[in-house]
Amino acid sequence: MLQIGLAHYLSVAAIVFAIGVCGVFLNRKNIIIILMSVELMLLAVNLNLIAFAATLGDLVGQVFALFILTVAAAEAAIGLAILVIYFRNRGTIAVEDINLMKG
Amino acid sequence: MGVVIVLLPLIGAMIAGVLAFLPAEDKAARHRIDMLSQAVTCGALLASMFFAILVFVNVALGGEPKTIELFTWIDSGAFEVSWAVRMDTLSVVMMLVVTVVSAMVHVYSIGYMHHDTSIPRFMAYLNLFTFFMLMLVSADNLVQMFFGWEGVGLSSYLLIGFWYDRPSANAAAIKAFLVNRVGDFGFTLGILAVFVMFQSVELDTIFAAAPAAADTRLNLFGADLHAMTVICLLLFVGAMGKSAQIGLHTWLPDAMEGPTPVSALIHAATMVTAGVFMVARMSPLFEYSDTALAVVTIIGASTAVFAATIGCVQNDIKRVIAYSTCSQLGYMFFACGVSAYSAGIFHLMTHAFFKALLFLGAGSVIHALSDEQDMRKMGGIWKLIPVTYVLMWIGSLALAGIPPFAGHFSKDIVLEAAYSAHSAVGTYAFWCGIAAAFMTAFYSWRLLLMTFHGQPRADETVMARVHESPNVMLMPMAMLAVGAVVAGYIGYASFVGEEASAFWQGTITILPSHPALEDAHHAPFWVKILPLVMAVAGIGLAFFMYTWATDVPARLAARFNGVYRFLLNKWYFDELYDFLFVRPAFAIGRGLWKGGDGAVIDGVGPDGVAAATLRIARNAVRLQTGYIFHYAFTMLIGVLILVTWYLLRAGS
Repeated sequence: MLQIGLAHYLSVAAIVFAIGVCGVFLNRKNIIIILMSVELMLLAVNLNLIAFAATLGDLVGQVFALFILTVAAAEAAIGLAILVIYFRNRGTIAVEDINLMKG
Repeated sequence: MGVVIVLLPLIGAMIAGVLAFLPAEDKAARHRIDMLSQAVTCGALLASMFFAILVFVNVALGGEPKTIELFTWIDSGAFEVSWAVRMDTLSVVMMLVVTVVSAMVHVYSIGYMHHDTSIPRFMAYLNLFTFFMLMLVSADNLVQMFFGWEGVGLSSYLLIGFWYDRPSANAAAIKAFLVNRVGDFGFTLGILAVFVMFQSVELDTIFAAAPAAADTRLNLFGADLHAMTVICLLLFVGAMGKSAQIGLHTWLPDAMEGPTPVSALIHAATMVTAGVFMVARMSPLFEYSDTALAVVTIIGASTAVFAATIGCVQNDIKRVIAYSTCSQLGYMFFACGVSAYSAGIFHLMTHAFFKALLFLGAGSVIHALSDEQDMRKMGGIWKLIPVTYVLMWIGSLALAGIPPFAGHFSKDIVLEAAYSAHSAVGTYAFWCGIAAAFMTAFYSWRLLLMTFHGQPRADETVMARVHESPNVMLMPMAMLAVGAVVAGYIGYASFVGEEASAFWQGTITILPSHPALEDAHHAPFWVKILPLVMAVAGIGLAFFMYTWATDVPARLAARFNGVYRFLLNKWYFDELYDFLFVRPAFAIGRGLWKGGDGAVIDGVGPDGVAAATLRIARNAVRLQTGYIFHYAFTMLIGVLILVTWYLLRAGS
């Protein structure tokens, strides 16, 4: 029977993080996907924190994870609100069309 | 009184200069301003002339030379220069000539320029010129003389280019200015050399020290040279430029672009004689350099004959007289060259009268013929403008040297002095002068006959409008004509005759070893009579060619086409200078402009920096795509690099 250890948790977290990163810059379609990817990355970080907290027996990590969840929720709320306003103004949320900062 | 003479024209120039800027609402107001400026400038000059006559009587005839120091101009170490009005015989003779001719020309200008639209400006320039000329002749140091020298050059430039809407007038003005710069450079160097030698530029100091310095050597660029010769040759280069001697003469005929009164005043009677005056003034230095005197003689004699040959074939009435001026200046110079300075100044004085008269007469003719200057389009007008005709005859007789007119006395003494020098250069000058005398008479009568006699060649509208000039023009000419008739007879004894030493009062130095002027009075009879014979022969030839055998000139021109073209094109001096100096200067200028400034300085400097900035910015702009994933990717790369670097460092 496979023993689930710290290394496994860290590996999963790393994979999730990598998926999040890829989601941010490989996606050309939709800003919502970027928000979801950011959420994924935050979750990967949480996973790391909790894994270390459990291993090291230090509660600070778990407390920190709870803070991050809160911040992530707030961030998602603000992000979606901006998204809605943006859609109202521009009529699209395709990432490829958002290049107002082009020099 | 001397100060008043010099400053009155300056004040007149200032007032007229202010008047030139006054706005005039209508024609009547314009006319009032013109009248006022004419009254002020003519009044100033006539008063100046009056005082000059008084001073002449006091100083030259009464024998009371004096110098009025006004105030210090430059005081720097050993170099001290002050403004002064020097009144010795040489100065007051020049003052008299300048103010008389200038006053006459001022009055004449009232009539000649009355159609012009900027009369106050013209009168202001004329007055300004007179001021500078008086400054020049009354200088008691070389720097003040140079101030006047440059000032008359400036006035000459302004007046040649007076009609600034004519491109040819502007070109002539610039040419006159530039050619004079060449001479002035020599003059400046001469002044510097004088200062190096004598530690002073005051005339009295220099003259007192000159005999002691007669054999001083000067080391110049490794060459051991006779100091006096160097100084005198440098000064003479200045005189050549101002007095239009061969080589630096090209500006004078072109200067005829200016209004005719200007030609009479500046380019015949006064400014161009400044060189002769300067050589005479510096006679205590020139006397100690036989080489310099020989150069002066050769240049003067060559100019006399060279300019006369050109004068024989020119068709523009003013150009003929201009070349005649050039030629007569040559006479004055070779007179100075054989140490007969007073004969040179004598000829200067008589020449001022009759040459100014001739120019004013030419102006009267041009005025009558609706601004026609080409003699080929004149003729047959002597009955229509009889007064001008008579005055031109007087001027020509004086120029040709027919007794008892003024030119006879001065020209003969010049030629006799050249003969009596008994040197190679003196003899050369004598024969050049004789040849020039023949040609002078020829071209003078050619001018008279072409202008006044024969069939009218102008068209009918011009001929219908031919009219005698108003009295305001004829009166000054008559005054000058009086001078042209009697000046020689009256002046002979004082200038070069028995009373000469009392008259000049030592202002002109002649060494005992240069007795040409003394011996001139004992010249053989054939020397005394030859100039007159040549003049009569020249007049006879002109009558033969232009009244009896009128086809001879054309046949001669065709037969000797090469010679004719050579003379008509003024010995190709302009073309030569164009090839030697003007074109290379243009090429260098263009090269420096296009290559040096445009390609190198601009290319590397302002333009290069700007282009580089633009190119860098254009490439940098591509980084800013505006796509959020690109920025995200960049950030990730950055994080990766940072982490990698951190890990590697931690590992090692």
